Amino acid sequence: MCNDPVSASTYLDWASTAPLHPAARETLVAALDAGWADPARLYGSARRVRAAYEAAREQVATIVGARADEISFPTSGTQAVHLAVLGTAAARRRVGQDVVVSAVEHSSVLNAATAAAAGGVVHEVPVDRSGRVEVLAFAEAVRRPRVTVANLQSANHEVGTLQPVTEAAAACRAAGVPLHVDAAQTLGRLPTPDWDLLSGSAHKWGGPAGVGILAVRTGLRWRSPLPEDERGGGRIPGYENVPAVLAAAAALAAREEERADEARRLARLVERVRTEVPAAVPDVQVVGDPDPAGRAPHLVTFSCLYVPGEALLTELDRAGIAVSSGSSCTSSALTPSHVLVAMGALSHGNIRVSFGRDSTDADVDRLLAVLPRAVAGLRADVGAAGL
Amino acid sequence: MNDPEPEAEPETVIAATFDCRGQRCPLPIIALAHQIGSVEIGAVVALLADDPAARSDVPAWCSMRGQTYLGESEPGRFLIRRT
Repeated sequence: MCNDPVSASTYLDWASTAPLHPAARETLVAALDAGWADPARLYGSARRVRAAYEAAREQVATIVGARADEISFPTSGTQAVHLAVLGTAAARRRVGQDVVVSAVEHSSVLNAATAAAAGGVVHEVPVDRSGRVEVLAFAEAVRRPRVTVANLQSANHEVGTLQPVTEAAAACRAAGVPLHVDAAQTLGRLPTPDWDLLSGSAHKWGGPAGVGILAVRTGLRWRSPLPEDERGGGRIPGYENVPAVLAAAAALAAREEERADEARRLARLVERVRTEVPAAVPDVQVVGDPDPAGRAPHLVTFSCLYVPGEALLTELDRAGIAVSSGSSCTSSALTPSHVLVAMGALSHGNIRVSFGRDSTDADVDRLLAVLPRAVAGLRADVGAAGL
Repeated sequence: MNDPEPEAEPETVIAATFDCRGQRCPLPIIALAHQIGSVEIGAVVALLADDPAARSDVPAWCSMRGQTYLGESEPGRFLIRRT
């Protein structure tokens, strides 16, 4: 029943992935039937597929502020990040091997930086309590002598804090260092900021899984770390997944129309969580920028004192609520979220709630109906009730 | 002048040491919350914790509970003054 908060299924993990957008589904189904021919061939059906693919590239390019030939479609956002970082480092080997990152980048960026800097140094720029990188420290880091590439996300994936990309881009320009912007959390949700290299992931904006986006600014020195291939314009080897790319572009175009209205709607849901969860549950720390202008509209993170994070995920899942967590409490194999540690935030009972195009007030109501009792029960289990 | 940071004074008297090494979050913080009441107000306790989350959880707990976080005197050894 719709009015039963426990039996309903509530998806609050849109920052991880989104269900297929209707525009993507329609395009994908049509393209699976009509768009299977080899886009590298010269007969009519193949040329039509190539033309559709180029149109999708053009469409995506316009949305992210690029030229079509600057856009490629790797197989994931992670692969886009790897190619952006490794390809720039490879082309600028004469400059050095060092890489600049913020302390709160996605693990794919941190891992790519470590790989690219083999023999060099990864300079990690700290963040403030809201999770925002310090501009002066970032500018100082990119002015160091041997930096091949700097990396800054558009918005943090765990706490939603917007990063000062415009200022970072200016500092990078002044230092002659290319800036890679991981825009996975904001493509399809917010305007695209300045970039020299841009990465993102279609399944987060309602496209199919298996499509990333990589943009490399014309004139930038970049060399593929992968073997040469006659396909993929020298950037992404292998046979193009044309139906999925067309669907990803259709979803991004549809999101571009929806996103301004949706951002206002989701920001209000986020505001409800930020005020109503601490009112309903004692000892909750809401993490991130308290100023709505300083954060992405769709996600909010809070931590519940004394609560094991994984146990809380399990309790919420039992109630049909899907969320993610930066906690690793009691899970010996994992380390706590590097984002929360870098911010100096509480890592206990950490819950990331993220919203998307289907989210409504009823989702927040269901969370609020379940959370207080779940937290109280878990605190009692670990002997922390009333502490 | 270059006064040493008061937090870093090596001669701080430690009224009690809570050894929570080997425990995962949130257990070290729960132990701290249970036991800090065993020392006088104004006394300093040391929490030993090798859970990487402790580095942010100890100061976060101190600010939520109005206790004074004095810093990490050596890796994994956190000093807290009871208020």
